[in-house]
Amino acid sequence: MKQVLEGSMAISEGVRMAEPRVISAYPITPQTHIVEHLSQMVADGDLKAEFIMVESEHSAASVVLGASACGVRTYTATASQGLLYMEEVIYNIAGMRLPVVMTLANRAISAPINIWNDMQDAMAIRDAGAIMLVAENNQEAYDMHIQAFKIAENQDVMLPIIVNVDGFVLTHTFEVVETIDSIEKVREYLPPLNMEYKLDVENPYSFGTLGEPSVYMESRYNLYNAMNFSKNIITDAAKEFKEMFGRFYGALIDTYKMDDAQTVIVAMGSVLGTIKDAVDELREEGKKIGVLKVRSFRPFPEEEIVASLKNAKNVIVIEKAICPGKGGILSVEIRDSLFKHKINSVSVNGYTLGLGGRDITPKNIHDLVMRAEKEENVDGEFVGLSQQYV
Amino acid sequence: MLTKEETHTELFTMGHTGCSGCAQSMSVKLIMEILGKNTIATNATGCLEVFSTRWPESSWRIPWIHSLFENSAAVASGVEAALKAMGKKDGITVLAQAGDGGTADIGLQALSGMFERNHDVLYVCYDNGAYMNTGYQRSGLTPFDAYTTTSPSGKESFGNQRPKKYMPEIAMAHRIPYTAVASAGYPMDLQKKVKKAKSITGAKYLQVDVPCVPGWKYEPKYSVKLAQLAVQSGLYPLFEAEYDKIISVRKISKKVPVEEYLKLQGRFKHLFKDDAGRAEIEKIQKIADENIERFGLI
Repeated sequence: MKQVLEGSMAISEGVRMAEPRVISAYPITPQTHIVEHLSQMVADGDLKAEFIMVESEHSAASVVLGASACGVRTYTATASQGLLYMEEVIYNIAGMRLPVVMTLANRAISAPINIWNDMQDAMAIRDAGAIMLVAENNQEAYDMHIQAFKIAENQDVMLPIIVNVDGFVLTHTFEVVETIDSIEKVREYLPPLNMEYKLDVENPYSFGTLGEPSVYMESRYNLYNAMNFSKNIITDAAKEFKEMFGRFYGALIDTYKMDDAQTVIVAMGSVLGTIKDAVDELREEGKKIGVLKVRSFRPFPEEEIVASLKNAKNVIVIEKAICPGKGGILSVEIRDSLFKHKINSVSVNGYTLGLGGRDITPKNIHDLVMRAEKEENVDGEFVGLSQQYV
Repeated sequence: MLTKEETHTELFTMGHTGCSGCAQSMSVKLIMEILGKNTIATNATGCLEVFSTRWPESSWRIPWIHSLFENSAAVASGVEAALKAMGKKDGITVLAQAGDGGTADIGLQALSGMFERNHDVLYVCYDNGAYMNTGYQRSGLTPFDAYTTTSPSGKESFGNQRPKKYMPEIAMAHRIPYTAVASAGYPMDLQKKVKKAKSITGAKYLQVDVPCVPGWKYEPKYSVKLAQLAVQSGLYPLFEAEYDKIISVRKISKKVPVEEYLKLQGRFKHLFKDDAGRAEIEKIQKIADENIERFGLI
């Protein structure tokens, strides 16, 4: 059914279709609408779940950790400071290989306090061992949440997933979203969670035990391997979703107008819409330009990215987070991927834009395309600063 | 008196690496005897977690989970919610465990949340009065004038400068159905309180005084004796409360001066050097006397 849904509504509808049994959250802008909608669904009996409204994000993550360890499907959502507060729990969830699914409504990090969108929060948790997917629009956010449970719960993956959606730009914006009418069809796509190891009085296990130097590395290696392996499962989940529901956004990456492209713009999330519009115009002007969308940030789709970029001359990476003391983050990973594959003919230019909710406009994109033709391997340079404040 | 059928031995098994004379491991064993196999336990980071679950070994024959230092109460909330969601809550006890630091300091927020939401969880705080697992640093439950590695005695100090936080009363302020204070020195009393807690639906708080051989610096043979002296001196009042009302106190059978309790422990030996130390012992006696008065222990 086609509906006009706010991003947060679309996400909560997607979560509802996945039928989590324990949800826990603490309010933080711009995540609030998601958990409000879910609370209402539980209050109305439209979602049979225990909704635990806790006293902090740390406890929200801890509640879903405990519930997930019992073998039930769980969900939480947060943003920004909330994510940083729950960060140690997310490492812990990943270490215990629990398939928790959470939404991250991407938002800037304080100080100065800023409730608007960028991806600094996501970057702060990239090494936690959680799979990190990034949605481009409300429809993809809806679909991606259903896929996320399937990926996380795969017996060979068993890792938490963070579904990234741009705060406000998606969470508070209405778009047409096609929702799935049949819960049976979703159940067919996403079978019930079946955990081999769980907290069960009939078959007791100890979770979260002490891992001494003789075993700790092996435990981390197994997690690392599962993360790498999840590339296959993310791909399968996207393809199977396409077969059953007809929609596909790429698996680990997606490409747009990449045939013969000499300049490629790489980005994640909602800014891709603006970029694609700008690219359409630039194509009309005769520019050989395309777009690479990174849909899975963790695991990082190195092979797929290299295959897409190896014939380009100029790569423009839109950085919505910064690594002080180094520069870009996504661009560094892309440059490293190309270097490892001995491709040195591509200039990878990372530009920092859109921090703390500043608009990224089609003009920004046009300007960057002009700049990148003259520049080489820019490392996260800030674009569009107001000189009176720097 | 417990019948044979009521005891479920060996749910917390031997072979762990707790210190000889560890009153915490003793208390865990006593608690598990009452709770039985239909129990799911969470555990904060601390001695108990370290000495009972060195992978691939575990002393727990019940489902057990350790997550982090400060979230035992929140993880237990999640376990309880999952059991409810699965329709399996009936007949299963959820036990949350932590030390005094994991309870009254870093874990207080999560615990307060669990109390306020009134999860059907028995939370047990094993109180040995300091961060023993990290090497005897002070916590909010370290007693007045106790030496710890971060509240050392010296020319300018007699040790920990603040009295113990009144944690059981913080629990009671949440109006949870049951709060109790017990001691490793009185196993029957401890088990009676666990049995009662098990029968009550909702959030329960049980604080157990567990002497610590290396932290308190005494001979292992004194663990039970010290726990008893803490009670008999009035320094560790044992009581039960329902909601915000105290419903029973364990009377002191033969009052002992605090000195009897203090002198067996290395953490108080600096008080026995000179007159200034003697004056400090008087202050500790005053704390005990105030407890006796306030709780009606005699």
